[in-house]
Amino acid sequence: MAYVIVGNCINDTACVDVCPVDCIHPTPSETGFDSADMLYVDPEVCIDCNACAEACPIDAVMPETKLPAYLQNYKAINAEFASRRLK
Amino acid sequence: MSTLRVAIIGAGPAGLYAAVELLAKNNTARVDIYDRLPTPGGLARSGVSPDHGQRRKVMEVYETIALASGRYFFHGNVEIGKDITHQQLLKRHHAVIYACGAANDRSLGIDGEQLGGCHAATEFVAWYNGHPDYADRQFDLSGDRAIIIGNGNVALDVARMLLLGKERLATTDIADYALEALSKSKIKEVLIVGRRGIKQAAFTLPELLELEALEDIAIEFESADFSALAYEDAIADSNQLFRLKTFKKYADKIQSQREKRLVFKFLASPKSITASTSNSVAQVTFCQNQLIAGEDGRLQAVSTDRLEAIDASLVIRAVGYRGQAISGLPFDDSRGLMPNINGRVTTENNLIEPFTYVVGWLKRGPSGVLGTNKMCSKQTVNALLEDWQSGVLARSAIDDSSITDYLIEQHIQAVSTKAWKKIDAAEKSAGLSQGRPRVKITAYDKLLSTALSS
Repeated sequence: MAYVIVGNCINDTACVDVCPVDCIHPTPSETGFDSADMLYVDPEVCIDCNACAEACPIDAVMPETKLPAYLQNYKAINAEFASRRLK
Repeated sequence: MSTLRVAIIGAGPAGLYAAVELLAKNNTARVDIYDRLPTPGGLARSGVSPDHGQRRKVMEVYETIALASGRYFFHGNVEIGKDITHQQLLKRHHAVIYACGAANDRSLGIDGEQLGGCHAATEFVAWYNGHPDYADRQFDLSGDRAIIIGNGNVALDVARMLLLGKERLATTDIADYALEALSKSKIKEVLIVGRRGIKQAAFTLPELLELEALEDIAIEFESADFSALAYEDAIADSNQLFRLKTFKKYADKIQSQREKRLVFKFLASPKSITASTSNSVAQVTFCQNQLIAGEDGRLQAVSTDRLEAIDASLVIRAVGYRGQAISGLPFDDSRGLMPNINGRVTTENNLIEPFTYVVGWLKRGPSGVLGTNKMCSKQTVNALLEDWQSGVLARSAIDDSSITDYLIEQHIQAVSTKAWKKIDAAEKSAGLSQGRPRVKITAYDKLLSTALSS
């Protein structure tokens, strides 16, 4: 399981500040932050601690098991962003 | 050291992010946040699209954090430059942070732009969001086709609002009059036109992905070049790759049976707008463009002599915002912002304008998403607190008497947090019975009478 950031994301970074395993990217100090359309969770690193979901001011992070049907595609999008991260 | 007192001008996202950062980093600082309107929120209230209501909540969350400090004071319905001057603010605050955004729009600079039926997206967006300055605007929704010039999220917001239809809009906090007007809209096709190619389009990925759910709207393309997708690995920016793939998915889908159409037309620039007999918009003439690398390597749209005329009764330009000069303070007219170094406002001679700071769109120009303002505001607040620490802001003559009393003395009918919360409660309660997040109050007199009711 992993958490997934969905389309509401406004790049607030409250999630980045609380993630204990730094699995949310791009962080404000990483390349691409200023031009990022949204933030994403690296599912390989996420430990399901729920901190990001608690911190997000607009509920744009949720566990992949709780994604409503119309947001299912964000699971793959988070994973694809993560897999291309250091390319 | 005395207590740091900061004024923030503009209670939109950038101003609120700055307030929260200041209150967190300095445990005694007092923040007075002023807004021209009786309501806080800025573009989170009057810019963010009604069908993106979840995003508006960011303001409520940070307002609550700010209020919990006990050192955050909202003064709505106060216009700086008119009700109070910059110099008067400096008598009561060690520093002033300008967070006024970019309220003006860029024009197209073509013939016919002044015709009826041709509008700036800023007007249309403020209208459907119930901004009291725009509540009486009229838009001609009686034709088949609307044309939107511009290739950013604002263009797409406007397109969705024109096409979503009554049922979808009725559950949002769209202004009541706009719901009524858009419910009667006859527009069946919206054409979004970009001067450059599909690869350069600036819509963000989530805005493109959400179009998939609109099953009554066919998505079509003109002059869209998908060839870059043959070399996926050559597209370094994942955002750009995923956007292009999303577009391609729509292009590959046969959607001809759908009732309405959203057409993305690329590589075209408007050259002139011609009028009907009633002196309103009838037709836009576009020239086709080609992309040519400029000196900096950036691909530029260059006009060819191939022209095309397209009928439309509504034209909306969404080609960018510009900041507005604040009387008596430095302004960079070519870039439409307040010149600054890390948020410290600078004069023409590159000197520091004392005690004056800037955040948000007025600082960096109209770019980024809502949360981009957080880092932007943090940078400015860091600079301000450095200046406070080093004594640059210290002045012996700061008047620390009550701001509220001062506003009353000046005969300014300011809206406090408590008064604004009455508006908030009235709007939410009106929304409850209709299954909507809120029903916005859109007239000044009603906003003020609600706020100032006992």
